[in-house]
Amino acid sequence: MRTLLFIIQKEFLQIFRNKGMLPIIFVVPIVQLLILVNAATFEMKNITVSVVDLDLSTSSRKLISKYEGSPFYQVVQTTFSYEKALDLMQKGKVDVIIRIPNGFERHLVKENQGKVQFVINAINQSVAGLSSAYCSSILIDFNRELMQDWLSPAQMAGLKNIRTDYSYWYNPKLNYKTYMVPGILVLLVTIIGLLLSGMNIVREKEIGTIEQINVTPIRKIQFIAGKLTPFWIIAMFELAFGLTVGKLFFDIPLVGNLWLIFLSGGVYLFVILSFGLLVSTITNTQQQAMLVSFFFMVVFILMSGLFTSIESMPGWAQQIDRLNPLMYFIKIMRMVLLKGSTFADISPHFYSLVVYAIVTVSLAVRRYRKVA
Amino acid sequence: MKRFLGFVVKEFYHIFRDYRTLLILFLLPAIQLLLFGYVITNEIKDARIAILDQSKDEITRRISEKVLSSGYFILDKNLSASSEIEQVFRKGNVQLVLVFAPDFAKNLDKTGNARVQIIGDASDPNTANILVNYIQGILSNYLVSLNAEKIPMQITPEVRMMYNGQMKGVYMFVPGLMAMLLMLISALMTSLSITREKELGTMELLLVSPLKPFQIIIGKVFPYVFLAFIDACIIIIIGNTVFGVPVVGSVALLLFESFLYICMALSLGILISTITSSQQIAMMLSLVALMLPTILLSGFIFPVENMPVVLQWFCKIMPPKYFITIIKSIMLKGNGFSYIVYETAIMTGFTAFFILLSIKKFKVRLA
Repeated sequence: MRTLLFIIQKEFLQIFRNKGMLPIIFVVPIVQLLILVNAATFEMKNITVSVVDLDLSTSSRKLISKYEGSPFYQVVQTTFSYEKALDLMQKGKVDVIIRIPNGFERHLVKENQGKVQFVINAINQSVAGLSSAYCSSILIDFNRELMQDWLSPAQMAGLKNIRTDYSYWYNPKLNYKTYMVPGILVLLVTIIGLLLSGMNIVREKEIGTIEQINVTPIRKIQFIAGKLTPFWIIAMFELAFGLTVGKLFFDIPLVGNLWLIFLSGGVYLFVILSFGLLVSTITNTQQQAMLVSFFFMVVFILMSGLFTSIESMPGWAQQIDRLNPLMYFIKIMRMVLLKGSTFADISPHFYSLVVYAIVTVSLAVRRYRKVA
Repeated sequence: MKRFLGFVVKEFYHIFRDYRTLLILFLLPAIQLLLFGYVITNEIKDARIAILDQSKDEITRRISEKVLSSGYFILDKNLSASSEIEQVFRKGNVQLVLVFAPDFAKNLDKTGNARVQIIGDASDPNTANILVNYIQGILSNYLVSLNAEKIPMQITPEVRMMYNGQMKGVYMFVPGLMAMLLMLISALMTSLSITREKELGTMELLLVSPLKPFQIIIGKVFPYVFLAFIDACIIIIIGNTVFGVPVVGSVALLLFESFLYICMALSLGILISTITSSQQIAMMLSLVALMLPTILLSGFIFPVENMPVVLQWFCKIMPPKYFITIIKSIMLKGNGFSYIVYETAIMTGFTAFFILLSIKKFKVRLA
């Protein structure tokens, strides 16, 4: 036990002596939380539009005024030339071109059919999907108005109607930040934890100080535990700090039981930190360790469901994703913080993390060799 | 010159001997691109829903069928009481609940008015919003088919997706991944390789050698230009052959701009290494300060225009943003040089700025 305390003390001394690292560990993540949460948003506003109205009729003008009046759109160009509008899109200044063909109103009156063309920049497919949905929804409203203008009340009453009420639970205002804060917080804690632990042993190898430890009577498990504990404490502190910032600045609901968060967070950090130590024991230079951790980190992050939904990944990818610790913890965080899920609700994810932790810790201990 | 060449050769030895790093460097872009190309999608399909049908008649059954056969939804379970809604949401395996009011068909027939309620789990607001829209679309289509003869004129949209007709997610990942990996290799690897010499003490040896400081730096950086360039080509080739991401514009221009970006990232790496003393700090600084902003503040995933104005200003000082704009412009839109003069100029400016700053900060003495 005393040996363990000594190595923990040594690690803490090393961390706090390093004046360059302290701000990176404590200040940068919080600043990033504040900045990045604001950046990660799909809330569409300012969709830039170019209008090509070749009909110039009452109906077409009325339709266009709908788009001009909507807070989501910003009409930056009105022209008769489709080529000019396309050119602006080439330059990246316009997201959507609305093109109303000549004879729009005539067709509408004669054949009960009008066509409007939306040309959308689809390089970012998710943004394009949203823009297209917004464009169509304005059109649907417009259609309804047309119907009311043209039908007599008696005719209207003859129509069958399904009234849809919709409600958004847990986040009625659809505030995207509430959703992102828990996720990004997990991300930051993970990055700091993985990098700190991943660089640690390999650094001692590179500098040569590992030899000095290897000749001491310290046991493998003590060594790993001594390396893990300081980082675990730092990362837990950061999790708590990040939650406080989230509450203060972003007004995160914190519906569920916070102890549940810290319990799963503690287990999760065991996974991440021992994963880092594992990387550290199998690599020879910090450069290698960094590359390996970076590789796993990017894969873990992008498959974690933080930015994209897991359900829409192909089946085999979802199976692989069961090896992704981030996925579990992000789910737990969101479920508990935003929906107030109980232990019974999160237990499948929680136990997966526990199993994961046991496996990675024992692997790290096994892989660490006291031979250089 | 001979001395310099000798030094460059030494650097290449360093890199080629460490075959693990080399392997990772070349596998990294390939694996990630394949993974993201096949796996990551923003498209929402197979969302799990629960249905609470209090009416259980012909019409609610038909609507349910329409919803479930649309390809967007999978039925997770049929609920029997509204108290169960909260339960399934909390367990987290249902994203949306569809509630049919009692006597649905009867009401629809008699009063022409029936009620349905859609409840989305908006702890994921984006998905909830999209799913609710999907359901509404399905319902209104159904309504139109019910009232087929009685509805007068309709305006239908005709949507054309430019540059990415099949709406593939890879189109976004290829430019983003290029910006990210080139930044990683160029900025991170160089800063690490220079600070490594400092940490191990071999920098001292180099500094007392007849090589001039700038020769040392250039020599250090040179091999990484190569590696980064090869990686850029790997990404473009895989993107093109496996996923069919086109290179509409000029390949030469694309390579030239990549080269410029690599130079920019390298000079950033040099700057980082001149102001840090240990690999750990250099790495944390580049990873923490560069990686997340490269993913999030560059327009890679989230469009810059949607961010708060202050952040948009912040994005303007993110070099990857300009590179991503340039690649998209050349690869996908097929633009010529005249469209990207502004971005190119800014990247050149960044490069000059970083180089000047590192010359100013460079110390010949270590302690």
